[in-house]
Amino acid sequence: MSHFIEFRNVSFRYREDQPWVLVNVSFTVQADEWLAIIGHNGSGKSTIAKLMNGLLLPQQGEIFVDGIAVNEESIWDIRKRVGMVFQNPDNQFVGTTVRDDVAFGMENHGLPRQLMLKRVQSSLAAVGMSDYQAHEPHRLSGGQKQRIAIASVLAVAPQLIILDEATAMLDPKGRLEIMETIRQVQETQDLSLITITHDLKEVIKADRVLVMNQGRTWLEGTPREVFAAKDALRDIGLDTPFVTKLAAELTAAGLTIQREPLNHQELLEELWTLHSKM
Amino acid sequence: MSSSMIIGQYVPGNSVIHRLDPRTKIAIIFFFVLIVFFANSVMSYGLLTLFAAGSAISTKIPANYLIKGLLPVWFLIVFTFLLHLFVTKEGEVFFSFLSFEFYTGGLIQGLAISLRFFLLILVTSLLTLTTTPIEITDAIESMLGPLKKIRFPVHELALMMSISLRFIPTLMQETEKISKAQASRGVDFRTGPVKERIKAVVPLLVPLFVSAFKRAEELAMAMEARGYQGGEGRTKLRELHTGRLDIYAYFLFVLVIIGLFITRS
Repeated sequence: MSHFIEFRNVSFRYREDQPWVLVNVSFTVQADEWLAIIGHNGSGKSTIAKLMNGLLLPQQGEIFVDGIAVNEESIWDIRKRVGMVFQNPDNQFVGTTVRDDVAFGMENHGLPRQLMLKRVQSSLAAVGMSDYQAHEPHRLSGGQKQRIAIASVLAVAPQLIILDEATAMLDPKGRLEIMETIRQVQETQDLSLITITHDLKEVIKADRVLVMNQGRTWLEGTPREVFAAKDALRDIGLDTPFVTKLAAELTAAGLTIQREPLNHQELLEELWTLHSKM
Repeated sequence: MSSSMIIGQYVPGNSVIHRLDPRTKIAIIFFFVLIVFFANSVMSYGLLTLFAAGSAISTKIPANYLIKGLLPVWFLIVFTFLLHLFVTKEGEVFFSFLSFEFYTGGLIQGLAISLRFFLLILVTSLLTLTTTPIEITDAIESMLGPLKKIRFPVHELALMMSISLRFIPTLMQETEKISKAQASRGVDFRTGPVKERIKAVVPLLVPLFVSAFKRAEELAMAMEARGYQGGEGRTKLRELHTGRLDIYAYFLFVLVIIGLFITRS
């Protein structure tokens, strides 16, 4: 089976006199998969993102995207396949209006104008921002700007979208907006998704979670498996969601929670069926 | 709110002048600036004034807005007039007051030069009033296109201009935020001697520059991630279109030029 992305024993450091940021990292991402990468600051998770589309090149090991090795010659080809959304909503908005910004990536790849006009429409519709074509960036909220950033990436029709802490600078409302947009996009479009975050709440809907610690892959599994390792997560500086903490307290108080709950609904389910199981 | 923030002095509208290709406007204005200096008779000045006034009226921008926009230069126009009136000593004396003698030559020259000045400023401000900065940028990129052959970085220049335009409001908001943050820490921007107030700007400028550099770095990274690799092989979404309206405009302008050379004395 072919993987869409494959990291083979990748190590990376920014400068020779500095410590390794990534040490011997190997993992794969399948087509159509949603992988969440979590880790605290400095765990190397953003570096992984930048390695995937050739913004950085590894010192050791190899990276394959869609079967192509990432190197100086292939980066332009790879950037067509891998789209990226960054943390700061303002600093990735290139165009003077929403329309111009969505077109920026397509202009770079030399798409014909007719196709661009069509794709601007469709990708803005996909993130629910069709009414904002002529808006300037300073008239949009942070969440709206991030949705435009997602639309700009979608317009190039990549096979993988990486969201590198795309919600970190937003207020709770904007964060919800973006998570909802991402979920919709992943459902309706045929693409793989990698979300990078330090917030465990954002990994619940992912297919698989990769936990990074000090430049190494520390744990890999489904969200449920990862949440079950809550004590270990706390030890490496990741804060577990309230529901997980509550479940842990309940277990300590003598209740048997069989399935690690991911949200309030599931915990509720566990609790009201508790008696019948005993 | 910041939604009312207008960059430059563009007045939105849908007049004939608004709809002209920005390249047409720039070309006509460029040649207008040249031919203004050829006018030397009442008729030729009248013709040019008619053309400028006609253009100004067809923009449908309220006259008082136009006049207000020219306010800073009124002083210069009046000053030019007075200077010529006092200094030029040609023709006959038509008026004397105390020891001053005013000559007809001075009067005529003063009127001519200040009218010339007025026409230049009026016509050039029509460009910025009816054309968005980004349209002007596109027009400049297109008109400087031939310079690419001698390796003049036309695309880069245009990109720099459009990114600057994009970040003006962002940096203005940031300036406001920083000045509030510093004011809350006790920096006083408004009162005190000039020297102190200049010093107070330093804690405003330093963070602003630091953040601008950080922004630039992140923007460059984001642009690269989105496949930016220079102007080579790039297509454009925004398109300039020279239509029938532009041909009419050129035709009219050529008539004005011919008229000017007929009416010159």
